[in-house]
Amino acid sequence: MQKKMAYSFPDEVLEHVFSFIKSHKDRNAVSLVCKSWYEIESWCRRKIFVGNCYAVSPRMVIKRFPEVRSVEVKGKPHFADFNLVPDGWGGNILPWIKEMAGAYPWLEEIRLKRMVVTDESLELIAKSFKNFKVLVLSSCEGFSTDGLAAIAASCKNLKELDLRESEVDDLSGHWLIHFPETYTSLVSLNISCLGSDEVSFSALERLVGRCPNLRTLRLNRAVPLDKIASILHRAPQLVEFGTGAYAAELRPDVFSNLAGAFSNCKELRSLSGFWDVVPAYLPAIYSVCSRLTTLNLSYATIQSRDLIKLVSHCPSLQRLLVLDYIEDSGLEALASSCKDLQELRVFPSDPFGVEPNVSLTEQGLVAVSLGCPKLQSVLYFCRRMSNVALVTIAQNRPNLTHFRLCIIEPKTADYLTLESLDVGFGAIVEHCKDLRRLSLSGLLTDRVFEYIGTYAKKLEMLSVAFAGDSDLGLHHVLSGCESLRKLEIRDCPFGDKALLANAGKLETMRSLWMSSCSVSFGACKLLGQKMPRLNVEVIDERAPPDSRPERCPVEKLYIYRSVAGPRFDMPPFVWMKDEDSALGLS
Amino acid sequence: MSTPLEHDYIGLTETSSMERSSEKISSSSSSSTHSIEDKTSKTTNNTSLNLKETELRLGLPGSQSPERKVSLFGKDLESNDKINGFAVSPLKNLVSGFKRGFSDAIDGSNGKWVFPMNGNSDVELATGAVLASPRGGLESKTNSQQARVSVAAMKEVGGVPLSPKPVQDKSLVPAANEHASAPAAKAQVVGWPPIRSFRKNTMASNLAKNSDEAAGCLYVKVSMDGAPYLRKVDLKTYKNYMELSSALEKMFSCFTIGQCSSNGLPVRDGLSESRLMDLLHGSEYVLTYEDKDGDWMLVGDVPWEMFTDSCRRLRIMKGSEAIGLAPRAMEKCKNQN
Repeated sequence: MQKKMAYSFPDEVLEHVFSFIKSHKDRNAVSLVCKSWYEIESWCRRKIFVGNCYAVSPRMVIKRFPEVRSVEVKGKPHFADFNLVPDGWGGNILPWIKEMAGAYPWLEEIRLKRMVVTDESLELIAKSFKNFKVLVLSSCEGFSTDGLAAIAASCKNLKELDLRESEVDDLSGHWLIHFPETYTSLVSLNISCLGSDEVSFSALERLVGRCPNLRTLRLNRAVPLDKIASILHRAPQLVEFGTGAYAAELRPDVFSNLAGAFSNCKELRSLSGFWDVVPAYLPAIYSVCSRLTTLNLSYATIQSRDLIKLVSHCPSLQRLLVLDYIEDSGLEALASSCKDLQELRVFPSDPFGVEPNVSLTEQGLVAVSLGCPKLQSVLYFCRRMSNVALVTIAQNRPNLTHFRLCIIEPKTADYLTLESLDVGFGAIVEHCKDLRRLSLSGLLTDRVFEYIGTYAKKLEMLSVAFAGDSDLGLHHVLSGCESLRKLEIRDCPFGDKALLANAGKLETMRSLWMSSCSVSFGACKLLGQKMPRLNVEVIDERAPPDSRPERCPVEKLYIYRSVAGPRFDMPPFVWMKDEDSALGLS
Repeated sequence: MSTPLEHDYIGLTETSSMERSSEKISSSSSSSTHSIEDKTSKTTNNTSLNLKETELRLGLPGSQSPERKVSLFGKDLESNDKINGFAVSPLKNLVSGFKRGFSDAIDGSNGKWVFPMNGNSDVELATGAVLASPRGGLESKTNSQQARVSVAAMKEVGGVPLSPKPVQDKSLVPAANEHASAPAAKAQVVGWPPIRSFRKNTMASNLAKNSDEAAGCLYVKVSMDGAPYLRKVDLKTYKNYMELSSALEKMFSCFTIGQCSSNGLPVRDGLSESRLMDLLHGSEYVLTYEDKDGDWMLVGDVPWEMFTDSCRRLRIMKGSEAIGLAPRAMEKCKNQN
């Protein structure tokens, strides 16, 4: 009886029901229920997320989902952020844009991360999508302000242009002028990554003034402090604001203008920018501090006492990014003032210095873990750590979901006991049962991986460097971490055995990166031959890996699952299995 | 089936019997024993006794796991740690789902963990938490080198047993080792600490303002006329024009040697080094840079330090286009002096 009812729902009803289901996971689940649900879900899916641009081809996506309005694609592996992926490796979005230009004329949103985006791609976007609204280029590269000018000129309905942390060839600050005078729909503009060249300030002012819905504005370093007041007066409705260089000669009129402008912004919840800070100008933002939920001071070279003064004005703070100038004392102040803190990121001010330049140690993090009950996400650079501190942090904060610790010197032992930090990280994974992301550092043996494999059942992303003793370490992770999606490893003594023994696991993950490890070319070839749904890329800039004995280790290895087969745009230093190569080993 | 068959998941062996896999392992371990037999007399006996325990199991979840003792092979290797740097990939038991056995092993074999580092271990650990200068980079490279050698010895394919001494094969040394060779200065490992370029460059310029010390790194873009994509180089990793020039030659060699396939990517072909040198030292290509003022200059006219301070990007230009740069460079120099 009930079975009959399910089949008698008209498609439109199902479509309507599905329209309430937003998350990708849920929509994927819906599509697996039965054939008709699969089909209906396919027609009405509006947003797609492609975590690895080489895992699927644009044609396959278009074939299955013909009515997409919003696309998110990611390209290079995470370690590309640290220059470990050679230039030219790939991740160019152009093939996708070309296909989508024809298939999705009503595309509204494109979000890209770590992809190569050329001006040609931007121009094609500007030309092809009449209702284009959102462009987010996160950590992308390959384009210039000319491409931005094309977007500005053509996209009449553009709402969001966010270039967060991209590398832009800053040819001219005048690209902003290309937004026509009739254009008023801007909601979010993030140009903080643009170079130090002049931005056309008057064009910016006029743009801001005529867009009443502007909520997010993040300026670049070139915009001087004395221009902030005029911008804020034109956009008092801003919710998120990023300053340029926050420095000027100390002048009372400039200060009071600035303070007045800030106090007018009742909706302001997030501040960033603050390059080249002159501390005397910080009090200008005090009027908004009590409402601030996000504060990004990670470029602000100000000392601990100024930072303490500032954070003590911000009781609602949920997210703080800061340099290690904050020191342990500043973190203790943070712990007592900011009880709503959820995310803390502490960056090193002098990462290449041999001696510590600030008094920031594990104590600061312990204090925050004790004082901030809602703390979930940590990124912490420091120079020393102890097991006892890590155990304390773990016990204080079992609700941690992201824990990324970077002890600056590789293989640094527990400074109190001179032992490895296995036990400390073991406590983290044991107590923090919802941990999704973990980055390890310090002196670590295979044992830490045993702990991870045993306890970190919800772990999705693991970053490992200079750790472990043997393949056993890698084996623990691959065999134990049930939710693992991304694994990135550098400079660890992991070789062929664990990799080959867990070949099947690799198909359940998005990707595996291994560089400066001990995986042989022979093993890579074998893996590539045996696992047709894995792309096994050997990246070696020194020489072709087949010019050396098969047992020689490869420089870098990137393995990812794919239904698209081998890619066609590999540069000369990337090798993949050759379809025609004979089975068997030399 | 009462007991699930154990599969060699990747299909290395044709049957999946335990005997077959142990046979394979024994053959590989005997070839490795050959290689270190010269140095030790104990190993052979221990190896053959521990074969069953050291068997490589590629079991599926749920398959029965045998005795979980971790081999003592690791211990044997450690005692010879002058030869092989550390307990790298001995034939440890890799049964899936293996958990508690490992802690037995730790108690059994090592007690307190010792990090074998080319015989320097005790000294290193005793001197405190922060390991001195280039250890991090150097060590990991050296150890992973040794790891490669030992792994190679273990592999059942590729018949020739390797000498146990780490092969100082240049081709095995990753590029980052070039950093590590600088004696007193802190060696920089590529991509470590993990900080994004934007942040690095921002902080570098801050530090430069505050002190005279050189920034940690200085990435500049290098473009070459006709090449399909840009490269980036860290000028701080080179000490003089010679080093920069040879690094660039290597990087762009695949583009200079003619043939590109139809999609514009160079075809992997055997390079002729002499032809490359001819091209780059001849008049075909010229190395130029854009300085702080936005002017394009020939590389090599000013002292190296002055060059690294003022260089914003590099361009490998066709010789014909570079005519006319030389006079400006000379003038600028005169003005600066």
